[in-house]
Amino acid sequence: SESSRFILKHREESIGIFINNEWHDSVSGKKFEVFNPANEEKICEVAEGDKADIDKAVKAARKAFELGSPWRTMDASERGRLLNKLADLVERDRLTLATMEAIDGGKLFSTAYLMDLGACIKTIRYCAGWADKIHGRTVPMDGNFFTFTRHEPVGVCGQIIPWNFPLVMFIWKIAPALCCGNTVVVKPAEQTPLSALYMGSLIKEAGFPPGVVNIVPGFGPTAGAAISHHMDIDKVSFTGSTEVGKLIKEAAGKTNLKRVTLELGGKSPNIIFADADLDEAVEFAHVGLFYHQGQCCIAGSRIFVEEPIYDEFVRRSIERAKKYTLGDPLSPGVQQGPQIDKEQFQKILDLIESGKKEGAKLECGGGPWGNKGYFIQPTVFSNVTDDMRIAKEEIFGPVQQIMKFKTIDEVIKRANNTTYGLAAAVFTKDIDKALTFAAALQAGTVWVNCYSALSAQCPFGGFKMSGNGRELGEYGLQEYTEVKTVTIKIPQKNS
Amino acid sequence: GSKIFINNEWHDAVSKKTFPTINPATGEVICQVAEGDKADVDKAVKAARAAFQLGSPWRRMDASHRGKLLNRLADLIERDRAYLAALETLDNGKPYSIAYLVDLDMVVKCLRYFAGWSDKFHGKTIPLDGDFFCYTRHEPVGVCGQIIPWNFPLLMQAWKLGPALATGNVVVMKVAEQTPLSALYVANLIKEAGFPPGVVNIIPGYGPTAGAAISAHMDVDKVAFTGSTEVGHLIKKAAAESNLKRVTLELGGKSPNIIMSDADMDWAVDQAHFALFFNQGQCCCAGSRTYVQEDIYNEFVERSVEKAKSRVVGNPFDFKTEQGPQVDEEQFKKILGYISTGKREGAKLLCGGNPAADRGYFVQPTVFGDVQDNMTIAREEIFGPVMQIMKFKTIEEIIERANNSKYGLAAAVFTKDIDKANYVSQALRAGTVWVNCYNVFGAQAPFGGYKASGNGRELGEYGLEAYLEVKNVTIKIPQKNS
Repeated sequence: SESSRFILKHREESIGIFINNEWHDSVSGKKFEVFNPANEEKICEVAEGDKADIDKAVKAARKAFELGSPWRTMDASERGRLLNKLADLVERDRLTLATMEAIDGGKLFSTAYLMDLGACIKTIRYCAGWADKIHGRTVPMDGNFFTFTRHEPVGVCGQIIPWNFPLVMFIWKIAPALCCGNTVVVKPAEQTPLSALYMGSLIKEAGFPPGVVNIVPGFGPTAGAAISHHMDIDKVSFTGSTEVGKLIKEAAGKTNLKRVTLELGGKSPNIIFADADLDEAVEFAHVGLFYHQGQCCIAGSRIFVEEPIYDEFVRRSIERAKKYTLGDPLSPGVQQGPQIDKEQFQKILDLIESGKKEGAKLECGGGPWGNKGYFIQPTVFSNVTDDMRIAKEEIFGPVQQIMKFKTIDEVIKRANNTTYGLAAAVFTKDIDKALTFAAALQAGTVWVNCYSALSAQCPFGGFKMSGNGRELGEYGLQEYTEVKTVTIKIPQKNS
Repeated sequence: GSKIFINNEWHDAVSKKTFPTINPATGEVICQVAEGDKADVDKAVKAARAAFQLGSPWRRMDASHRGKLLNRLADLIERDRAYLAALETLDNGKPYSIAYLVDLDMVVKCLRYFAGWSDKFHGKTIPLDGDFFCYTRHEPVGVCGQIIPWNFPLLMQAWKLGPALATGNVVVMKVAEQTPLSALYVANLIKEAGFPPGVVNIIPGYGPTAGAAISAHMDVDKVAFTGSTEVGHLIKKAAAESNLKRVTLELGGKSPNIIMSDADMDWAVDQAHFALFFNQGQCCCAGSRTYVQEDIYNEFVERSVEKAKSRVVGNPFDFKTEQGPQVDEEQFKKILGYISTGKREGAKLLCGGNPAADRGYFVQPTVFGDVQDNMTIAREEIFGPVMQIMKFKTIEEIIERANNSKYGLAAAVFTKDIDKANYVSQALRAGTVWVNCYNVFGAQAPFGGYKASGNGRELGEYGLEAYLEVKNVTIKIPQKNS
């Protein structure tokens, strides 16, 4: 097919396993198929990594991390320079990468080009700037000692990334890790390995020493588990479902106590007050749910609307959800692409059925679209109550839930009544309400009068079971450094 | 680029006056340059103030985009590296190979370093008592007057522009009258990189006129000066008498370089030589008091003289040249004056001591031995290729003698012993202490003086502080929760 030809044209060799800046077949010789979710056609086959390949990759990463290695002895500013070079190359190949994301990930091409690739470039450059600004401290200890801290790289980092923002998530993982001087073994999602593998060739072209970045495509229960159980991986970082996040943390605990950061699911509340700008609130709430076919960990999937404006809000939201053109994400004019695969497709349809069964009011959509590909109609449920499955479970699809509330205390309780805590938002013009919610909501990111506003400078992560730790911003560096205290006896201490 | 740069445009001086800039290797005029004075400073400050208005393109720009512009400027300087190095050598006299490999390299790295900071300097949220939400904004100070010297024209420009622009300020820069050309060329690159008009304005001119106009200006929020301690006093005074503008100063030095008897002799001789003679001795942090422990004094002196004698002085465009001319006739005469004084006061002239050529401002590499702390050449900044070597006995003695100066810019100690190294580093009252090295700089590391060597620090994260004004915002809220 056309998309297969495109992919293969750009990456003859690079559908293998990337270790030590070279391409390898899998040790087992096995391959797996990668599909285009818009038409269910096979794009190509990719080497299937398993434990043996992870072992090879970890060995290479460990060697690249040895004391005295080129990577360990490199000026910090030079690490930054290499990252900036990588950003230059991503800019150069922006069109290719965006097209790959669209074909492999079912992502609208214009969104992939403008938003995903834009975010990638900015994030790499942001992290590049930090490389020579990671400061330890000198510390006024009691006694005749000179004490300082070194902020060392953690070591070999296993990084397991999801399929919803393949390239962005790849960059969110490798950029902070590399700017702090670590080496990495990355397992991209089996649904979307292609853009990560293309990055392998850019990483080599940019000049990163062999073994600093290694990329092993494969499946979670095999390659992913091999990472989280590995006795010679110092840290694992995972973005994906809460269910798998628990397995990873357990494995880390059982094996070598590797450090763990997790970015997991969410069921984020979006609270709309009667004094909000209604047009803006409707638009932000809409995009906050439907962006990328609802496949966002931060999706605003519980919309709480203050009683007085509830009916009008629902009416406008339905109107907004109805005007959609679904189709091939590469075609201009298409506003919604497919879900990523059959499994997600089924899961979403199941949850839609549960919504209907449990008594929510189906206002529009409610079923699949088209006869090929994993398309689901934009769906809106109103009169949703907090005990329904669609109000509690993460759907990860284009299904919007709208609920009603009366008072501030009530909605704070209901918003926080979840094991998740990734994001939240409040729409109001009142300064007191805004600041009250900023404090009260148990979420890693709280938006006021906006939704989904993210940028490389801001720390991102979850309260409660939405995750452990923060990514990006200055805070994101902490996860990738190990603090060493050095205390030297001196003849006499003076302040 | 030999005019005045305001609002991304080139202007003649309001007075229409010009002054010549000289090639110190030959004494010949390179070209005429517009001579800025108070009226031009006023125009520049107006332009800068307009570019700093609330709602202006510069004030509204994403912080990360400021970083992008600084990186672009670095790219352009890299592109024009050879030309800039040649201008630098022509106007300042420093060897071309060093201008290209060292000065230009450091300029690019400095700008890229600060580009990285532009979206990373954070205010705080603060747990104030009471029902309040309290946070700080780290705002740009505003219109920054920056007066730069002639010894490292491009590098000093980068040290000033980097932190000021990364933090969102606007600049009125007066370049040294001895060496205006390279900085003015960079003005073109600033425009090409995409900085909005008025963000950077550059004025060639003299200290007592253009420089004084900046330090006394009622609408300049901050002045940063690198130069002599003498002029530093004038600037701080003018700032106080006018509008209390914030002041940072990088001034002179008479930095002690302490060689203990257990030092690696070859390395110490090599470094002590470099510490004094680099850049024709025209470094604020020059190691101009070389203290050598008794036991190794004679050998150290002998080797240092040998090294000084072999230093190649000549045409700065010749790749074999290690030392070019001094920057102008005034410096040239001043240095020869100090050499006379040294002889007169009884120091032992071991080599050099005379002009090195008939044309241009070349001085022979000069070494004095048996120097006493109370001699003029041991106390005053010479700023030329004249090395003073003194003898000492004990650690406590040398710490006292090293600190016995009104200056405190830099210092160094050469020793293999960990206890000595730590003790002496602690004890020396200097902004930078080098251990077993000298003149090691990096954009990442703060640099500045104790005492009369200056106020404040440049470079590193610390270098951002002088360019920020902290605003505390405290908002009443219904109920505070931790």
